[in-house]
Amino acid sequence: MTFQKSADGKELTVALTGDLDSTNTPELEGKLLEEMDGVQELCFDLSGLDYVSSAGLRVFLTTQKQMAGVGKMTIRHVGEEVMGIFTVTGFSKLLHIERD
Amino acid sequence: MKELRVEASVKKLPIVFRFVLEELENCGCSKKTMRAIKLSVEEVFVNIAQYAYDPQTGPAIISMEVVRDPDPVRVIISFADTGKPFDPLVVERPDTSLPLEQREAGGLGVFLVRTHMDWVHYDYQDGMNILTIEKNLQEVAR
Repeated sequence: MTFQKSADGKELTVALTGDLDSTNTPELEGKLLEEMDGVQELCFDLSGLDYVSSAGLRVFLTTQKQMAGVGKMTIRHVGEEVMGIFTVTGFSKLLHIERD
Repeated sequence: MKELRVEASVKKLPIVFRFVLEELENCGCSKKTMRAIKLSVEEVFVNIAQYAYDPQTGPAIISMEVVRDPDPVRVIISFADTGKPFDPLVVERPDTSLPLEQREAGGLGVFLVRTHMDWVHYDYQDGMNILTIEKNLQEVAR
């Protein structure tokens, strides 16, 4: 889980790797809360993410709702496994997913 | 059949994963099937951890069996708790066609279990909630 912010603080890239499950989503939520102030472009890089459960989906949903008023949230480099979860839950239509 | 008795707490999830996945790995289960089972196990266990004993905590008893006869080989995993009687399967399915503003996060866990398992069953017996999930393991030879 790495956070990278542009110098002006308006762009934030969050790279997630491994599993996003109920044990580590609180950490992600906490860090997002700390870092999201003033961010207008939020990008999740999921190239290293193999697994997501409903706990992680909840974070994507609430974050997307938060960003809807202030800027843009994009999801990039989604692997096949995670994409399967996004598709079956309808999240593929809710989230702005850039396909590789 | 093997059994794990563990505190129903989210921080115990790694122990639960190990208990289930070790057995599946040993019997030659595919990565895809393992991931589907792992997901369902997380959703069911976390549900118990968050709601069954709220605001206290209590035990969860997880039993697992790979059944080879009759065909196909399948895995049966049961989760028992002595918390508040609650059938998670009555929770309304999320409407996956709703737009962002109307989508709620609730109900996703059970929905994922239903979509990834072949059979899901709830029972209340002897003061215990028992949720059983089952998946065919076509790839595993008898």
